[in-house]
Amino acid sequence: MAHAQEHTSHTKLIWKVFGILSVVTIVEVILGIEKPDSLHLSRVFGTSPLNIIFLVLTLVKAYYITWFFMHMADEKKNLRRAVVWTGVFLISYLATLLLIEGNYIGDVLGPLTKWNY
Amino acid sequence: MEATIATETNGQTWSGGNNKPLGASYGKMMMWFFILSDALTFSAFLAAYGLTRFKFIESWPIADEVFTHFPFLHGVHAPMYYVAFMTFILIFSSVTMVLAVDAGRQMKQKKVTFYMLLTIIGGLIFLGSQAWEWKNFIGGSYGAVQLNDGKIIQFVDASGHQIELEKFAIASHSERTQHTKDKGLWFVKEAALPPFSVNEVIEGFKANPDITIRTEKINAETKTKTIIPREEAMAYLNEAKVVVKGANLKVNEYGKTLFADFFFFITGFHGFHVFTGVLINIIIFFNVIIGTYQKRGHYEMVEKVGLYWHFVDLVWVFVFTFFYLV
Repeated sequence: MAHAQEHTSHTKLIWKVFGILSVVTIVEVILGIEKPDSLHLSRVFGTSPLNIIFLVLTLVKAYYITWFFMHMADEKKNLRRAVVWTGVFLISYLATLLLIEGNYIGDVLGPLTKWNY
Repeated sequence: MEATIATETNGQTWSGGNNKPLGASYGKMMMWFFILSDALTFSAFLAAYGLTRFKFIESWPIADEVFTHFPFLHGVHAPMYYVAFMTFILIFSSVTMVLAVDAGRQMKQKKVTFYMLLTIIGGLIFLGSQAWEWKNFIGGSYGAVQLNDGKIIQFVDASGHQIELEKFAIASHSERTQHTKDKGLWFVKEAALPPFSVNEVIEGFKANPDITIRTEKINAETKTKTIIPREEAMAYLNEAKVVVKGANLKVNEYGKTLFADFFFFITGFHGFHVFTGVLINIIIFFNVIIGTYQKRGHYEMVEKVGLYWHFVDLVWVFVFTFFYLV
C-alpha cells in the first residue's frame, strides 16, 4: 500500500469549502427573507440589484462545488476548459436569447392583457 | 496536483493504447460528458422557465407567498426557511460524499463506508423534504377563484394578507356530489371537487364586509400583488368560474398555470436525479462494504458516483436561486 501514502487528506479544505457554501447560502436566505427595499425595488441592468446579488452568489457556489467538490481544480487544464467553457458558453447563449425573447413577448402581451372588469 | 487525480486504471480502460486523453480515465471522462449534457438539459428547462416568467413578468406568482410552510409550524408564515433547510441537507450530503472520495484515495474502507452511508441518508432526507414540499404545494394554503378568462383571484383581509376560503365561505347544502365510478358512468372520471362552490364563496364574500380581493397583477413600484377595493370586487367575482384549492397541472391557486407546471417538471426532474443518485450510491455503498474497490486497488468508482452526486447538488443551487430567490 505504498501507493496510498501519496494521497494526503484534504479534509481541512473540504470543511473550509463547506463553510464558504454555508455562509453564502445563509446570506442568500437572509436577503431573500428581508428583501431590503433599497436592493429589491431599485433597478440595475434591467433587474433589481438583489437579483444580481443572488445570481453572483449562485455562481460563486457553483464555482466552489465544481472546483473543490468535483475536483475540477485537479483535472488537466484542457479537460477543465472543455467542460467549463462549453457549458458557460452554451448556457449563457441559450439564456440570453430566451430571456430577450421572453421580454419581447411580455412587452407585446402586457398591454393586451385585461386587468379591469 | 497529479497525485489527487484518479488512481491508475491499469492502462486498459481506453482501448488502443496506454494514453489517457486529458489525463482522465475512461469512466471519469464519460461522467464529465454526461454531466455536461445533463447540465445543458437542465439549463434548457430553466431558460424556458425564464422565458415564461419574462413573458408574464407583471403577473408571475411571488415565491415568498407560495412556499411558506415549515414542519410543525402550522399557519405560520415562514418563507424560505424550509427550502434553505433542504439546501443545507444537500450541501451537507455533498460534503460527506467528498469526504468519502477523500477517504477512498487513502484506501480507508471503513471511512468510505461511513461517509457513503451519511451521503445516502442525506439524499433520502432531501427526497422526503421534497415530497413534503410537493404535498404542501399540491394541497395549497388559501384557495382562490379562477375567472372565466383563466385569471386567479385571491382573497385578502383588511390588512392585505391572504385569507383562507374556510374562514369566510358559507357552506350550504350542495346538490353536487363527487362523481365516482359506482355512481354513474363507469368509464367517466372526475377530479376531486373543490371544497366550496363558487356561490358559497361569493355569499361568504358578501357577508364579510372587511375582506376584499387581489389580482395576479404585480404593482411595479412595490412588487406586490394589486389589491382591488371592495366596491369594485363584485365585478371580478361575477366572472368567477371555479374555486381552486392547491395546484395541479391545469390550474393552481397561486396564479399562472405554467408556474406550477414548471415547478413540478423542474423540481420533479431534479428529484428524479436525486433518486437515481441515491440508488447508485446504495449500489456503490454495498460494493464498498464487500470490499470490491479494496481488492481492485482504487476507489475511482466512488469518485465517479461522487461527480454525479455533486452535479445534482450543483443543479439544486440553480433551482433554488431561480425558483425561490430571484
